[in-house]
Amino acid sequence: MKRVLEGSQGVSEMVTRCRPQVVSAYPITPQTHIVEFLSQKVANGELQAQFVNVESEFSAASVVLGASATGVRTYTATSSQGLLLMNEVVYNLAGLRLPVVMTVANRAISPPLSIWNDWQDSISVRDAGWLQLYAEDNQEAADMHLQAYRIGEDQRVALPVMVCMDGFILTHAFEPIDIPEQEQADAYLPPYDPLVKLDPAAPLTMGAFMEPDKYLEARYLFHQALAGAAPVVEEAARSFGDMFGRYSGGLLDLYRMDDAEVAMITMGTLSSTVKGVVDELRAQGQRAGAIRIRCYRPFPKSQLASALSRVAKVAVLEKALSVGVGSIVAGEVHSTLYGTPIQVNGYIVGLGGRDIPPATVRTLYEHTAQGRPADGLFVDLKAEHIGDENYQAWRALW
Amino acid sequence: MAIPHAGVVKPGTSRNTKTGSWRVQRPVFLHQECIGCRQCEYICPEGCVFGEGKHFEADLDYCKGCGLCAAVCPKQDIEMKPEENKA
Repeated sequence: MKRVLEGSQGVSEMVTRCRPQVVSAYPITPQTHIVEFLSQKVANGELQAQFVNVESEFSAASVVLGASATGVRTYTATSSQGLLLMNEVVYNLAGLRLPVVMTVANRAISPPLSIWNDWQDSISVRDAGWLQLYAEDNQEAADMHLQAYRIGEDQRVALPVMVCMDGFILTHAFEPIDIPEQEQADAYLPPYDPLVKLDPAAPLTMGAFMEPDKYLEARYLFHQALAGAAPVVEEAARSFGDMFGRYSGGLLDLYRMDDAEVAMITMGTLSSTVKGVVDELRAQGQRAGAIRIRCYRPFPKSQLASALSRVAKVAVLEKALSVGVGSIVAGEVHSTLYGTPIQVNGYIVGLGGRDIPPATVRTLYEHTAQGRPADGLFVDLKAEHIGDENYQAWRALW
Repeated sequence: MAIPHAGVVKPGTSRNTKTGSWRVQRPVFLHQECIGCRQCEYICPEGCVFGEGKHFEADLDYCKGCGLCAAVCPKQDIEMKPEENKA
């Protein structure tokens, strides 16, 4: 049934439909409402789960790790510093192949302290071995949770899944969201059937010591497992589409790419602005297109390479930064196009909640379309905040 | 051996892994002054000192040569000797 819900409430309604048996989380803006709603659901008896209150995100992640290892479905959510505090457990969850689902309400990293949106938190754990899905709107954010459990728990995958949604832009926005009935959700998402679990009657050790003669191979198999999840992500979206009439997932969202010469690539809610600019450019006869990366891990290299095979230039707009290097996503797109003459430009935009209006996106499109280089260029710096000398040096890069 | 899913291991691997190859010194039980106090057996972190009465030996398949048995022996009846025929 379609209702006007806050994004956080949409997620908590959908997570309830997924029937997690253990929920543990520690509140942090802008994730807070999600777990508040879930804790109410448990208190009201609408969700039959143990809600474990903890004193930190490290403990929240540890609780869901232990619970998941016993073979039950689990859920947690966090943002920003909370995800950083979970870090050690985040890597363990993936390496132990535990299909926990976690919502990351994307928020900038401190210091300087900022509660506003960028992707630095989840992008920083890109190498942990989780799947990472990025939502464009609140319907998709909710739907991705139902898909996330199905993908992560699939025995061909057996990996945790992060559903990333832009903090405030989605978590605190009210939109009409269709939440399926419990029977429909159950028909899509079967009960969790783990490959291995902790059981006193049949003891085993997870995450045991491995000597140098095997570790390299173990990491290779782990890498293959995550890379091999890509077709399962597609399958989950297709059967979701068959059942619910909307796709809400998959690897890439291609927008007006059929005959595009210049493509803009981004993720999350920024894609809506980019698509709007593509429409304007198309109306003026420009062959512009857009690609939204829905599934950032595994990185859909072959699908992206094929979607970009006929373009001349690519502009990657990302709300994250590898300090001391520059672009992250643009670097991965560049690696995807290794050996081709396609120009890949990388732009760092919108860190810490800086607004990205259509005029800015259009400027970046034109910058790339004109064939000018951009290797991790910061966008929209203000002279009054960085001083004349810094400002002139930055301007010279354009 | 193929690595199992998630590197999961079943109990009993300590028995299969012969850690004796790590040893650089081996305990030699002299069997001259032993009073049967069993301190060598109790202190062994590997649990690989076995014996009865006044006769104890380390299982050299597993003994890592830590020397605790020699250090704890009240009669200095155990000596640590360098391993000489290492490959």
